[in-house]
This record gives sequence, C-alpha cells and structure tokens, in this order.
Amino acid sequence: MIKLGEEAIENIAIGAALLGTGGGGDPHLGKLMALQAVRKYGPVTMLDPLEIDDDMLVVPSAMMGAPSVLVEKIPNGNEFKRCFNAISRYLGKTVGATMPIEAGGINSMIPLAVAAQMGLPIIDADGMGRAFPELQMVTYHLDGITASPMVVTDEKGNMEVLETISNKWAEDLARVATITMGGSVIVNIYPMTGKQVKTSAISNILSYSEKIGAIIKKSMQTGCNPIDELLDLTKGYLLFKGKINDVLRETRAGFNFGKAVMQGVEEYKGAAFELEFQNENLIGRKDGAVMASVPDLICCVDLESSIPITTEALKYGRRVAVLGLPCDRKWRTPKGIETVGPRYFRYDIDYVPIEDRMKGVVTK
Amino acid sequence: MNYRLGIDVGGTNTDAVIIDDRFNLISKIKTPTTKDVTTGIYNAIKGVLDQCGIDKKDIRFAMLGTTHCTNAIVERKKLCKVGVLRMGKPATEAIQPMVDWPSGLSGAVNGGFEITYGGYEFDGRELTRLDEEELRGIFRRFKGKIDSLAICAVFASIRSDCEYKAMEIAKQELGDLPVSLSSEIGSLGLIERENATILNAALMKVAETVTEGFIAGLKKEGVENANVYLCQNDGTVMSAEYTKRYPILTVACGPTNSIRGASFLSKKREAIVLDVGGTTSDIGVITKGFPRESSLAVDIGGARTNFRMPDLVSIGFGGGTIIREKDGEIQVGPDSVGYLLTEKAYVFGGDTLTATDIAVRLDMADIGDKSKVAFLDMGYARRVMDKIMQIVTQGIDKMKLSKDEVNLILVGGGSVLIQDRIEGISEVIRPENYDVANALGSAIAQVSGELDRIFTLDGKTREAVIEEAKNMAIGEAKKAGADPDTIEIVELEDIPLAYHPGNATRIKVKAAGELLPIQ
Repeated sequence: MIKLGEEAIENIAIGAALLGTGGGGDPHLGKLMALQAVRKYGPVTMLDPLEIDDDMLVVPSAMMGAPSVLVEKIPNGNEFKRCFNAISRYLGKTVGATMPIEAGGINSMIPLAVAAQMGLPIIDADGMGRAFPELQMVTYHLDGITASPMVVTDEKGNMEVLETISNKWAEDLARVATITMGGSVIVNIYPMTGKQVKTSAISNILSYSEKIGAIIKKSMQTGCNPIDELLDLTKGYLLFKGKINDVLRETRAGFNFGKAVMQGVEEYKGAAFELEFQNENLIGRKDGAVMASVPDLICCVDLESSIPITTEALKYGRRVAVLGLPCDRKWRTPKGIETVGPRYFRYDIDYVPIEDRMKGVVTK
Repeated sequence: MNYRLGIDVGGTNTDAVIIDDRFNLISKIKTPTTKDVTTGIYNAIKGVLDQCGIDKKDIRFAMLGTTHCTNAIVERKKLCKVGVLRMGKPATEAIQPMVDWPSGLSGAVNGGFEITYGGYEFDGRELTRLDEEELRGIFRRFKGKIDSLAICAVFASIRSDCEYKAMEIAKQELGDLPVSLSSEIGSLGLIERENATILNAALMKVAETVTEGFIAGLKKEGVENANVYLCQNDGTVMSAEYTKRYPILTVACGPTNSIRGASFLSKKREAIVLDVGGTTSDIGVITKGFPRESSLAVDIGGARTNFRMPDLVSIGFGGGTIIREKDGEIQVGPDSVGYLLTEKAYVFGGDTLTATDIAVRLDMADIGDKSKVAFLDMGYARRVMDKIMQIVTQGIDKMKLSKDEVNLILVGGGSVLIQDRIEGISEVIRPENYDVANALGSAIAQVSGELDRIFTLDGKTREAVIEEAKNMAIGEAKKAGADPDTIEIVELEDIPLAYHPGNATRIKVKAAGELLPIQ
C-alpha cells in the first residue's frame, strides 16, 4: 500500500505522456482534476493487485469523448459518485476500488481524481500498459471480461447503464450517448473481481509510470540526459535520434494515416527513420527496416528536454529521440496480436517482439 | 509634412524613431531602458525630438510598444483584485479557477471566484440556463471587494451571448467597474482562456497608468497634435481607449515590432526574422507582412494562456554569450555577460571570452580593440563559430514549416555575429537601420478591425455571409482609423456549427490597413 500525493501525481502525468506513445490526450487537465481532488480530500491509497481480496469489486473509470470538448467542458466532479452508486446498485455489491483502463494520456489521471474524491483505493494496474484508441483494446477483453455493465454519465446528471451483447456494441452505443450528452462523458467500464484484476490486468503500471516521470522530471531539473536511465528501467531501446524533415497526413478509406520522416543526427547521421502513426505511434522503420511495431511502445521525446511529444506536435524541424519499449507480454499472445497488432491498424506487417527485431542491431 | 513617432521598449534599450508620412526615417535614438520603464520612454521621446529639430506640432501619430503589462504580471505589482465569474455550472467544477497558478500571482490577483449557470455545448446548444437572480447575488457579494471583473463561459469561443448578458447585469449591480469577457480575448480551451481573461482584468490599472503616462510625456515635450496608440502583439496598434479595455494584447509586442520592422526594412512579406540581442535571440516568422501566430499554450508569469501571441523561438545566444571549453568541448553559453559586455569582453579589455570576441577575431565585426583578441587561435575561433551557427541553424529550423529554402532577415545589435551562409536559407538579408527595427515596427504599425460572430444562413449562401462579415470587419477597421484604400483582409476563418438553431456558421475576420493620414 502506497499513498499518492501531489508529487506522485505530477510524476505519473509525465510518465503517462510517455506511455501515451504520441496519443491518449494531453494529461494536463486530468492532472489538474487529480491535484484539486487530492488537495481537497487528501492523498490516494494505491494497492498492489496482490494486496486485494479475490472477491473485491473493482470498477475502472475513464473519460470518453472528444479531447477538444473536454478542454472546454470540464467535468463537474460529481459524475464519479453517481456512476459508482449506479454500478453498485446494478450489481448489488459495494465498489472496493477503481483502476485506470489506460496508463497513457489523460485517462491515467481520471481514476486518481475519482479515487481521491470517493475515498476509494486505486489499484496499481491498467488494461493497456500504454494508450490505445478503442474500447476493446484492453487486456481484460483478451480474457473475456465484458465492458458492460457500463455506466455513462454527463455533468448535468443524465446517466445510462448499458448491458450489451459484445464490447463492440458497448463502444457503439456509448459513442451515441456521448454525442447527445455534449461530446465528453465519464464512464465506468469493465467491472471485475479482484481475482480477475490479478489475472487479466497489467500490474504495477502506475508505479512504473511514476518512476518514468520521476526520471524525466529529475532531468528537467538537473539538465542531465535521462535516456539511459529510462532505457534501463523500461528494458527499452534507443531507436533513433533525428530531425523531422517531413510530416505527411492523409485519409485512406476513411482512416487517418500519418507519417513522420526523420533524418539522423549525432550518431545516427546519414540514416533515415520513418514513423507511422494514427492516434498513436505504430510502426518505426530505420533505413527501410522495421525496428518496432505496435503493440510495442514507440515513444518520441524532445532531443534536448526529453519531454514526451504527441503526434500533433510532430512537425518539421523538431529534433527527437525515438524510444522503443517492449509491451506487456499479455499483448504478445495470438489474441492480443489480433486485437492490437499491426494488421488491426491496416499495416501489412507481422508483429515481431522488439527484442527479436533489435537482435544483431548495434545501438548506442 | 506630417510625422510619426514610434517607440519600442526592450529589456536593454528603449528605442525611438521619427518617420515622415512616406515612411522615410528622419531620426533614431537608442536609450537605456530604466527600471520604472516610463523614465526611459520620456528620455527616448526627448532625445529623438531634440536631435532632428522638426516642428513637434507636425507629429500626428505617436505609437508605443511597451513592456509595462508583461512586467506587472511577472513582478506581480500594481495588479487589480479580480472577481472571476465562470459560467457553465454544473460542468467544470472539477477544476477551479486559478488552481494551477503560482501562489504569488493568484495571491495578488484573486479577489474571489464563483461558478454559475450558463455556457454552451460544443454545437452551440445552451449548457444550462443563465440564472439572473443568482448572478445579481454574486455581483453583490463581489461589490467593494474587487477592482475588476473577468467573465468566462464554457464554449464562449463558439457562442458568447451569455457573457454579454452577464456583463449587462454586472453594469447594473457594480456600476463602472471594468469587465473583461473571455470571448473577446482567448480561443478554445476553458482554463487557458479564463487565465488570459483574468490577467487582462488584472492589468486595468496598469493600462490606465501607461496610456495616461504616455500622453502626458508627449505633452511635456510639446507633442500635442498626435493621435496616440499602443502596440498590440499582432503588428497592429490600438487606441488609448481600446488599450484600457484589452491591455493583455500588448504582451509580447516587442518581438512583433522587430519582426514587422524587419519586414518593412527589407521589403519582404514572407521570411524568417532573426533578432540577435545581447543575451538571447528571437526567431519569428513573417507571413503576408504579419507575424505568424503561435498555436500552442503560452505561459505568462506562470499562468497557462491561449490568447493570440506571435510564434517565437528564443535561443540562448547573443553578443555577450560566454564561450568556454570543458573536457575539450566548446560550450556556447547559455549564460551571457549581458549589458556588461563593454567591461567584460576581451575586446573591451575585460577577461571573459564572449561571442563578440570570436566575431572580432574572425574579422566579421569591428567592435572594441581588435589587438586584444589576436592571441586567440584562428582554428579555435572558427570551431566556436561553427558551434554558434549550429545553434542558430537549429533554432531557424524549428520555425520553418518545410525543408524549402526561405529568406532570413537579420536585425538587432548582435546580428553582425551571424555568418551569411546558413543551411536551408536562400538569402541572408541585412537591412540598413537594423538596429532600430523594433521602433520602426512600432512607427509603421497598421490598425485593424476584427469580427468574431455567429451568422445564421437562413436563405443566404455561405459566400454571401462571409462577404457580409468581411465588410463588417472592414467597417471596424475604418472606425479604428484605417485608410479605406489600404484595407486588406489578413485573416479569415469560418467554422460551421452543427445543431445550432437555424443553420449557423461562426466567422472570424480581421482586416488591417494603414492609419489614415490627417490633413
């Protein structure tokens, strides 16, 4: 059991920006919500999955909708309480803890605000170990845990409880409600037991995120380069250092595809790198050879400050370091690769774990 | 002959110029910026007038670009106590106003805040109905405790009626108390727009002091026939009256003036501008003759805001930048001897190696005593210059939008330190009078009219409505004093609003033109 205060929240927000792999939404507003809640209600208790009872009801919480709406219409804060009461009534059981569904981006922060306000513990786990764009892209889904009963609520007090026949239906119905409720809502989703958390969630991701954030924050204060320390912690690889020479964005068959082309600097001078992205960074190629692909994490950080960079901020002239981090092994099963592998995102590439791709490649 | 007086206050110098009505430079002066800023402005006015001997009555326009507002925010001095009204309840309560401000700044500004009903959804639907009685109660609670009021409604950048309605009620309850509306100041992003609005409201007293002080200073020197303007950060000026309502728009007008001045001096309307100072250099972009706007949130005094600002990159390099060697590696800055250059640099008999010394050794500049740097190894000096150019090139690269080559205009006192060949730059332009580009930028500033409104199409075509909006902006520019023959549309944006009653579109237009010569 660990207490998370303001400093931990600041660190987790930075870590979440890296684990967002370019997407997931800016954690800034989520961080402000979490900080306000912690100042008002006190630090949040974080439990390791191993510390919880098998029959505890754990209900993940998240925000759903357009980030461009969230930046204007910030939640009230009471949505959480209404949501939890509803799910509790529906299942006839008291909620024991909450948990994030994604460790990257803004949704890493919402459950911290929820936990502080509700006086509930947060479980040190999530369902992605990074950020993904769709509801079924969670490790819970791989083990057959269902998204519903799902609660969708707005700041005005409207609420919908969804009981659906598949996770895809949950996504589709929730999207409709989101638009009608004004484009940004709070949801409770994938309710599960403590036992299911232990088997199906990605453990210790918040403490991992906090460590990443602490390393980057320390480097911001001391000016020392944090990349080696980050790679040690994450067992990751430095894939490239380069200057962005071109950014292409296009729509193919209704989907947005982006590509950043980089030209090497420092020890990578003379080499070229291509980063393919949609909401998140998905494929990295050096001189034409695939170095890393989704679900492994491909993260861009500013070459000077090491601050994580989102895909919207990729632009000509920016100097970046590209890091490749291995994903959780739960994603490396056939069902995992089917759910979030390169082919799901419409790239004609087989998934090969980053460790295997990097074998024989000389780095640093 | 009619004349214009342009002044720009910088960190080190306060510069002033006088130009005639054909924009020929008549007189220029550089005076040290004073701690109180105002004395430096008076000195510059007096200096530039004394040295050219024109009839002071012929000065018809006087414009000032000053750092008063930025300084007040950074130093947290002379700020108003602001009452903050946010409209959007029950939304937004999870993040209260000013929650992420440094405590020093919120302590100086926060006169209390209230979150009430009102605001809109993303498509212009009402979020909640404004409650007039509740509003009156809030204003009565604020009464006597605040100097100024800031109003910010959810999605006010899409639709702003409720902000105006609240202002109307505030006038009834609070009388002449100044009111700042978020829809007139910032764009999408509630917290950032609210922050900008609160800062604007906090600057009301400073704005009064600056404009009155400038007018008094001009009078004292016998400049009595001039129309008085303050520089905004988009390259246009606003009247003294307007400045008192929107003082935040003066923040960062200095770099904007340099960029506009550089464009004017070089006659280029598309280019990158590098302004090299003593400690840092600013890189900006001129497009269609105006500075490119930043699309990112901008920190002012520790508060995150999103009102329009020039897109700038600041690099830690200038004439006084200290050069060192550490473990065989050359280090350029980032610290500088700053205004002590004439004491500390080798060429001035000092003992600190600066970028200026390197430029003198390489015969790029003729400053101080050249013999004092003869001991420096030429190969070493060249390696230092390579490193300097690498830093400059990287900074320029950050501002470019593609790998296509562009022109670079060099201005500022330290621009002699920059070499002519730069990767990605087709031509390096060094205009005459580069040292007062900022004051010239102030003197040549245009006036603009802006419009940001929701139009219902009912029966009309989109094109017709856009035309109508353009004409309204042109009308505003005329009202602000622009010469009708010179007015151009410099910005146009239209955003269709789904679900909005009566098929609506939001149009933003800005028209700018030359100040009408006064006969």
